[in-house]
Amino acid sequence: MIGSEFIINTLSLGSLYALIALGLVFVYGILKLVNFAYGEYLMVAGYTLYVLGTFTPIPWWLTMILAVALAAFVSYLTELIAFRPVRTKSLDAMLVTSFAVSVLLQNAALLFVSPRSRAVPFPPAFSESVTVFGATTPVRNILTIVTTVILLVALTLLMKYTVLGIAMRAAADKFTTTRLMGVPANLVISVAFILSGLLAGVVSIFWVGRSASVDPLIGFAPLLIAFIATVIGGMHSLQGAVVGGYVYGLLFNALSIMLPASLINYRDAFMFAIVILFLLLRPEGLIRGGYTEERVG
Amino acid sequence: MLTVKDLYASYGAINALHGISLEVNEGELVALLGTNGAGKSTTLKSICGVLRPQGGSVEFLGEDLIGKKPEAILKKGISLVPEGREIFTSLSVAENLRIGAFSCYERDRYRYDLEEMFALFPILEERLQQPGGLLSGGEQQMLAIARALMSHPKLLMLDEPSLGLSPTMVDQIFDLIATLRDRGTTILLVEQNAERALRVADRAYVLKTGSMEFSGTPAELESELDIASVYFGGTKDGSGEVTV
Ligand SMILES: Nc1ncnc2c1ncn2[C@@H]1O[C@H](COP(=O)(O)OP(=O)(O)O)[C@@H](O)[C@H]1O
Ligand SMILES: [Mg+2]
Repeated sequence: MIGSEFIINTLSLGSLYALIALGLVFVYGILKLVNFAYGEYLMVAGYTLYVLGTFTPIPWWLTMILAVALAAFVSYLTELIAFRPVRTKSLDAMLVTSFAVSVLLQNAALLFVSPRSRAVPFPPAFSESVTVFGATTPVRNILTIVTTVILLVALTLLMKYTVLGIAMRAAADKFTTTRLMGVPANLVISVAFILSGLLAGVVSIFWVGRSASVDPLIGFAPLLIAFIATVIGGMHSLQGAVVGGYVYGLLFNALSIMLPASLINYRDAFMFAIVILFLLLRPEGLIRGGYTEERVG
Repeated sequence: MLTVKDLYASYGAINALHGISLEVNEGELVALLGTNGAGKSTTLKSICGVLRPQGGSVEFLGEDLIGKKPEAILKKGISLVPEGREIFTSLSVAENLRIGAFSCYERDRYRYDLEEMFALFPILEERLQQPGGLLSGGEQQMLAIARALMSHPKLLMLDEPSLGLSPTMVDQIFDLIATLRDRGTTILLVEQNAERALRVADRAYVLKTGSMEFSGTPAELESELDIASVYFGGTKDGSGEVTV
């Protein structure tokens, strides 16, 4: 049944895109920084999967946990070492720093691993087909949806019902005022980077899982996806990122089905045309959100 | 309690404060008056660590505050109700108050403090689950004050709490400030509404373009200074004319 297959595939792709966008917006919300190094956190997790999966007997589930943890840790480290010293300077300084971190991490992969892509071992069960609601799809896609739902619920609980979450939302709204209430700036920023890296790590498992390989430039496409999803959904709320991710997934899959064979190669061109329409007609995205544009100083 | 000495502050090339000094003693309500752009907010920002002064000293309970982070200064016991209220608009009233208590949260005390705030500001209890952004200006000001009080400040600084409020709301806010003063809260009150501020203040300072023009009791100030001139930025000179 093509209908249910389309729905499952769209939910799976949309879930992945939603997580990708969410990770970028966590940092943007608080620092107003578009972190160009975001894709490299995903790359770090990808190479962890490759190294641990290929050269060690560590079981695959532990490999995945370690990959996610390392992505979160590297994200935290980049904040500590690279972003924190320039935080009180200008937003431009931060943007340039994020480019530098991105290039640095890519070159580290080029230098210490290889410019060529590496095969990443995944348990065979990951790509076996299952039939759900009459749709046949790889287990991986179902896992993507389930993982995303669990993460979204957990993050919602964190942001709504813990002091830390409330403080993060306050900081995204008015950063200086939040500090005046006694909330340490470094705490909320570190947590934002850790959550961002954690999401990049989880995304990496499913992203790398699709091609079962990793290369130094693997972070670029997800970064672009995060941009597009946030243009669609809005950059000023976490909800916007999630909505943008799902809408992007839907548009992408719908274009793939609806475009005639002769035009399918131009799918990305159509996609970008839609994005430009969004920028023209609804520049703040589908979800307006409550964040102000205050800079962290 | 708070001693500011010879404070210099600037925004890039703009010098906002040229060596001002002021003092707040425990239990006092001190008014800091001056026209728009005189440097009142800059003074408060320098005290609470949002702005790093170019020179001078800020001492609170015997401790130097210069160079300390805003979150550290809050912990020392100075709480600011910022100009324009700065409510977290996307957070509920309850969440705004919870952030106010961030530095000193204990479950039982928090419940007790909340009850106390509801007694002072009954409207906040009714609006507890609403987003802060949906409150009226006066309600937002009450929330901003309640939020600041949640940290049990030793010194409460209010930056133009009556700004942009309706006359009845201005009355309510000044009544509240008087209540807080009577309960022993030490307050540094920044106002453009000099007349109302002088009615509740123990002492007052007047800032003019970054320099301290006057300091003394409200009675002294009123005899020395035409109150109207505070609004228009001038002082009464010997001839009795207001110079702007
Ligand atoms: N963020 C800022 N950037 C540049 N100049 C500022 C800034 N804030 C205030 N100023 C300037 O500093 C001076 C004092 O401002 P302020 O302390 O806000 O005055 P007040 O609170 O008494 O109205 C004014 O000349 C104002 O233009
Ligand atoms: Mg001001």
